[in-house]
Amino acid sequence: MFESLSLLALQQYWWIIVSLLASLLVFLFFVQGGQTLIYTLGKTETERKMLVNSLGRKWEFTFTTLVTFGGAFFASFPLFYSTSFGGAYWVWMAILFAFVIQAVSYEYRTKANNFLGQKTFEWFLIINGALGTILVGAAVSTFFTGSEFSVNKLNLTNIFGSGSTTISAWEGPAHGLEAVLNVQNVALGLAIFFLARILGLLYFMNDIDDENIFSRSKKQLLINTVPFLLFFLLFVGLLLLKDGFAVIPDSAKNPLLWKVQMEPYKYFNNLLAMPLVLIMFLIGVVSVLWSIIGTLIGKCKKGIWAAGAGTVLTVFSVFMLAGFNHTAYYPSTFDLNSSLTIMNSSSSKFTLTAMSYVSLLVPFVLAYIVYAWRAINNKKIDIAEMQEDPHAY
Amino acid sequence: MENFDLTLIDWSRGQFALTAMFHWIFVPLTLGLAFIIAIMESIYVKTGDEQWKKITKFWATLFGINFAIGIATGIILEFEFGTNWSNYSWFVGDIFGAPLAIEGIMAFFMESTFIAVMFFGWNKVSKKFHLLSTWLVAIGANLSALWILVANAWMQDPVGMAFNPDTARNEMVSFWAVLFSPAAINKFLHTISSAYVLSAVFMIGVASWYILKNRDVVFAKKSILVASVFGLMGALFMVWTGDQSARTIAHVQPMKFAAMEALWDGKTNVPLIALGILQKPAPPKSQGTYQEKDFYFKFEVPNALSFMAFLDVNAYIPGVRDLVNGYTDGNTGRTEPSYYDKIALGKEAITALKDYKEAVNNGDVENAALLRTKFENKEWMDKTFKYFGYGYYDNKSVAGLIPSIPISFYAFRIMVMLSGHFLALFIVMLIFSLKNKLEKMKWLLYVAIWTIPLVYLASQAGWILAEMGRQPWVIQDLMPTLSAVSKLDASSVQITFWLFAITFTTLLIAEVKIMLSQIKKGIKGGH
Repeated sequence: MFESLSLLALQQYWWIIVSLLASLLVFLFFVQGGQTLIYTLGKTETERKMLVNSLGRKWEFTFTTLVTFGGAFFASFPLFYSTSFGGAYWVWMAILFAFVIQAVSYEYRTKANNFLGQKTFEWFLIINGALGTILVGAAVSTFFTGSEFSVNKLNLTNIFGSGSTTISAWEGPAHGLEAVLNVQNVALGLAIFFLARILGLLYFMNDIDDENIFSRSKKQLLINTVPFLLFFLLFVGLLLLKDGFAVIPDSAKNPLLWKVQMEPYKYFNNLLAMPLVLIMFLIGVVSVLWSIIGTLIGKCKKGIWAAGAGTVLTVFSVFMLAGFNHTAYYPSTFDLNSSLTIMNSSSSKFTLTAMSYVSLLVPFVLAYIVYAWRAINNKKIDIAEMQEDPHAY
Repeated sequence: MENFDLTLIDWSRGQFALTAMFHWIFVPLTLGLAFIIAIMESIYVKTGDEQWKKITKFWATLFGINFAIGIATGIILEFEFGTNWSNYSWFVGDIFGAPLAIEGIMAFFMESTFIAVMFFGWNKVSKKFHLLSTWLVAIGANLSALWILVANAWMQDPVGMAFNPDTARNEMVSFWAVLFSPAAINKFLHTISSAYVLSAVFMIGVASWYILKNRDVVFAKKSILVASVFGLMGALFMVWTGDQSARTIAHVQPMKFAAMEALWDGKTNVPLIALGILQKPAPPKSQGTYQEKDFYFKFEVPNALSFMAFLDVNAYIPGVRDLVNGYTDGNTGRTEPSYYDKIALGKEAITALKDYKEAVNNGDVENAALLRTKFENKEWMDKTFKYFGYGYYDNKSVAGLIPSIPISFYAFRIMVMLSGHFLALFIVMLIFSLKNKLEKMKWLLYVAIWTIPLVYLASQAGWILAEMGRQPWVIQDLMPTLSAVSKLDASSVQITFWLFAITFTTLLIAEVKIMLSQIKKGIKGGH
């Protein structure tokens, strides 16, 4: 089935899968957003316990999606893996650190003799929620703003001189930390942070049966929506107005070779060139806003689903803008032609084909996740359950 | 040497080793305990005996505490391939990335989805669905081990791929060859069976403590019975797969095999050194290529190594010196080039790639086409490109191509000798368990408790042998650590090394304290 597809079609298929995983990851960041709110919404120990346990039954989905996103990116676009991870070292290490401390915090938080104390583990959750979302957002923004790196496969043969044998090299001293000096990167980082908090609030309103938490969540929803809109609109405005990294045929040498050059309004043009992406983007944004407004003015408790779907559509369309329509998805501002495209950074046709068969398992995976989720969530979390459940975090 | 930062390489290796060793403290208990818990819950569902439910819940609590920190250390490992070994990620990412992605899609989601049901679903789903979830957690965890171990085995015995000079990397040509290579099968089976042994020893040790304290004795005896049977089966399987693994190593990693036997000079009818103490290193030879060691004393089993490696007591096994200087197997007539020749061949392969890439970049189509024929020539690929990685040792000491012999030698013996101890422990425990005389065997119960640290030591020793014994190869014969590392400042890796060392140690202390506290609570404190 997949054998008949061209290499380019497989590359596009895998960019779609990676984009879908990224979109689901951002939706599942409701866990991270919720973690940053446990002291804001939980005024008593019981309330905090309900909040933590509500998130504690979902945190592994986010974690697993992050790990699978990394694995899928490695398998399908290994040059990105080697260039970005090996180059923007500090950013990725900070993100990893944030997730390491999260992984133990739920299980250890209230266990007797836990060495660091309950508060420390709660702060680990808050750090993970803030650092994880902001840094992932800033890292994704570099897909549009670029980074200072070079790629030269000839380096691998550099055994005779004094040069490095490393193919991908970061050309700045900050190894990724420089990303936070770019307004657009910061804007997306903070937009993702506030979006995660909004999703977390909507999730709590849906999952916890407690009036105090519901009313505080509603109040916080408005407080977090304002900065979210501010930073999101700033990011989108800058994106649509900026020059982008276009991939064009290098006809002077060889029609099969490509080069990268700057193109005015590239991402705006991408939106116009891909009307389906434009529609997805608009539906996504409207869904998020509609669910927020609907929750604020009514008594709706199911806003998380429309907001979640909207988040997936919006992030997915942003990834389409980065990788499709002859665009370099991981551009180099140091050397334009070192920029990564879905064509020059992918795995071989054989590997992409083999992996595509594995991707057919995804619907089954989603089906059992939905089934198990529903089985566990058939009753909302309440005070009584927290007192009765011996495994409560 | 100026194009290789040896300090960076050492710290990058250290960071990966640190993460892997911490990770492997927790993973084997997850792999085995998950199955033992599933077996216990199956007994509960079949018999309806509430005691088995309590036992299941108690061990599930310890499982959860251990599982969390296993996840924490595991995520770092996956991403460290990119952060610290960026050249590696490109050079073999086409093959290595696939198992990692499949692991995520196939195994991690299964594990993480059903673990929520396992812990929170007792009163929310039916008994049978809960049992199914527990089994799926165990299967998911072990499937996850399958894919990562396939990836690791491929690094030790790279098969099923071809080099593409256009992309300057190895590309997969047979998924099944990667998945079903003897190295992959042995690696998976040996590793999971060792994990089952560790889990069984852990359970027996903890349960023995209860019997000594005269607490929850019925629960403890039932746990020991299940764990002894499970552990015995695991240990027998581990010994069998260990034997298979040794044979695979003798074929595909002869230097590792020579190092773990401290075999300097090759010969036929080689004895197995059951026990021995290596002498301190002798002074470097005048030529200064490597250092020789011998034994203060050793106990040998005649012909056993030849038989173990090739199922033939007369088989020839090359020693470290033979592998460095080249040799001819008198039995088969097969000639193996010296490391010096391999370095020259590797340099030729690297030069050919360089010339080809330069010709392509310069638009010299005719020359590029001519140079490309080399990479399409099977004979040249098998005789020259095969040693690509040796080319990075041009003008360097071949000592860098020899792994640490004391570490390999002792790690192997610690692993093997302790395995014998575990096997004996399972048999004795099972016998006294069936005779219902465990309370009277206090010495045995103490031995069982003190075997817990030993099983962790053996488990770590196994991985130390596997990974230190293959140095300097990240990909056997194709890529040494020298050329695999990311371009970073050594100081950056030093900072993250200490950051993770402190974090992991702190979390380990927390885990052990919580675990001990939970054990002291006993079965009534379990969920």
